[in-house]
Amino acid sequence: MIEGKTPGAKVFKGINYIILSVLAFSCLYPLWYTFCVSISSKAAAEGGLVTFYPIGPNVQAYKLIMEDLTFWNSFRISVERVILGTIWSMLAMIMMAYPLSKTTRVWKPRGVLMWILVFCMLFNGGTIPWFITVKNYGLIDTMAALVFAGSVPVFNVLLIMNFFRNLPQDLEDAARVDGAGPWRILWQIVVPCSKPIIATIILFVSVGYWNEYFQGLVLMNKAENYPLQTYIRQISVQIPVGVTLTAEQYAQLAQNSNKSLEAAKVFISMVPMLIVYPFLQKYFVTGITVGAVKE
Amino acid sequence: MNSSSIAYWIMVLPGYVWLFLFSIVPMAGIIMAFEDYSPKKGWFHSELVGMKWFEYLLVIPDAKRALVNTLIIAVSKVVLNIVVPLIFALLLNEVRNMIFKKGVQTIVYLPHFISWVILANIITNMLGANGILNHILKLIGHEQVLLMTLPQYFRQLLIGTDVWKEFGYNAVIYLAALTGISPNLYEAAAIDGASKWQRVWHVTLPGLIPTIVLLTTLAMGNVLNAGFDQVFNMYNQLVMETGDIIDTYVYRVGITNMQFSLATAAGLFKSVVSFVLVVTSYVMANKFADYNIF
Repeated sequence: MIEGKTPGAKVFKGINYIILSVLAFSCLYPLWYTFCVSISSKAAAEGGLVTFYPIGPNVQAYKLIMEDLTFWNSFRISVERVILGTIWSMLAMIMMAYPLSKTTRVWKPRGVLMWILVFCMLFNGGTIPWFITVKNYGLIDTMAALVFAGSVPVFNVLLIMNFFRNLPQDLEDAARVDGAGPWRILWQIVVPCSKPIIATIILFVSVGYWNEYFQGLVLMNKAENYPLQTYIRQISVQIPVGVTLTAEQYAQLAQNSNKSLEAAKVFISMVPMLIVYPFLQKYFVTGITVGAVKE
Repeated sequence: MNSSSIAYWIMVLPGYVWLFLFSIVPMAGIIMAFEDYSPKKGWFHSELVGMKWFEYLLVIPDAKRALVNTLIIAVSKVVLNIVVPLIFALLLNEVRNMIFKKGVQTIVYLPHFISWVILANIITNMLGANGILNHILKLIGHEQVLLMTLPQYFRQLLIGTDVWKEFGYNAVIYLAALTGISPNLYEAAAIDGASKWQRVWHVTLPGLIPTIVLLTTLAMGNVLNAGFDQVFNMYNQLVMETGDIIDTYVYRVGITNMQFSLATAAGLFKSVVSFVLVVTSYVMANKFADYNIF
C-alpha cells in the first residue's frame, strides 16, 4: 500500500499513536494505581496522595492479609468453585453439544431439544423465582449452589456445537466403520479435534466462576461461605441502600477504612486473572468471532 | 430406538437436568406475579390476584423512575458500544507498527475480564475523597468533588465506564472483519488517486457495513439491559434518582424487602419485553445479515 508522506498524514499518524497510547494507558492505570495504593504507607493512602507511584513503599498491608483467615477462606472457596464448576460444566456442555451437532435426520429428538435450549437462553423467570427455587432445593450456604445455581451457559453450548458440526464427517464415519461407538467417537475423535474451542470455553467458564459474586451474596447467608468476589464487595465502601447519608457522612465513611489493606485485597483477587490472561487472550479472539463473521 | 440414540440421550441428560432444575423450574415461579404469594402457602396455593401488581407498578413513582433510567442508560450504552469500538478499530487499523498494535490490543482487552465488583471498588476509590481525582483537583485549587454522589453525573459515569471496560473486547469483531477486506481494493483505490480518508470512507467502511448491521440488530435485545452488575456495585442512596434501574429495583423490592410478588411482576415485565425484542432481532439478523446461531 502507498503510505501517505504528506504533512497531514504525518500529523494524523502522530495523533493516532497518542490517542491509542492514552486508551491503552487508561486500561492499565487503574490496576497500577491500586497496586501503588496497596504498597504505599497507610497515611499516604488515606491522605489521597498516591498518583503514579507508591509513596513510602512497604508491604505492611500484605503482611496483614497473610494473617487474615476470612480473606483466605473466601479465596479457597473461590478456587474450589472454579475447579468444580469448570469440570462439571465442561463435561455437561460437551456431552450436550455432541448429540445436538447431529442433524435432525440422524437424531430426531434434536429439533425439540434445540428449541428448549434456545428458549432457555432467550427467556428466564427472573431473579426472584430463581432465588426461591434454589432456596427450596435447600442449597443455601452450600458449595453446590455456587457450582450449579448459575444454570447452563447455553451460548457456550452453541459455540461448541457449531465447532463440532464443522469437523469433517469422514473422521467419524471412519471410526464408526472400525467399530467405535458414540462415546468413543466423542472422547477419542471429536474432543481431541476441538482443542481450540474447548480451551476458549474453559477459560470463559473459569473466569465466569471466578468473577461471579451475586450468587455468593444472595445464596450464602453466612459470611464464612462467601466466595472472594462477594467478600470484596462486602468490604468495599458501601452505603447501605435504604439509609440516607449526606455527602459529608459518605466522605467520612470512606475515610475510616484502611485504604492500603483494601487495595491489597483487591489486587490479590485480580492476580489469578492476570496470570491466566495471556493464555486467555490467545484463544478468545477465535472463540468470539466464530459464527459472528461470515466469510 | 437404536443404540446410538440411547447413547445420545444419556449424553444430553446431565445438561438437560441442570437446565430443568435451574432454568425451567424457576419459570413456573412466574405465577407469583399474578398472586399474593406467601412462602408458607407456596407457588400453587397462594391467592390469585390477577394483574394487581402490574397495575400497582404503573402508579408507583420508583418503578417508573427505574424504567426511564433503564432506557436512557441501556440505549446510550447500546449506541456507544457499537460506535466507540468501531472508531477504535479504524484507528488501530491504520497502525503499521505490529508490536505497538499487538501491545495496544492486548492491553485494551484486559478490563473486560475483570469483574464489576473489582472495577467498582477501584473506580469508587479513584473518584472518592482520597482518590486521584480529588488529589488533582486540590493541586489546581479546586474544591472537593465527590463524583460518585452526584446524581446529575451518575448516568454519564455508568455509561462512560461501561464503554471504557468493553471497547477493546467489542472491537474484536470489527478487527476480524477488517482483516477480511481484500488488500486489492485498497491498492486499486490508491492507484485511482483516492486519498487516505477516501479509502477509509469508500473501502473500509463499506466493508464493515455487514458487521455493523449485524451488531446493531442483535443489540436491539439489550434496550432493557442497563447492566445489573455495574449499577449494583456502583450506585448508592445519593444517586438513586438517576441510577436506579429495573434490575436493582427488583433486587431491593424482592430480596431486600421480600415483596416477592411485586418484584416478580417487575422482573417478568423485563423478561417478556426483552424476549420479544431478542426474538425480533434474531429474525431480522437472520433475514438481513444471514446470521444463524443454530
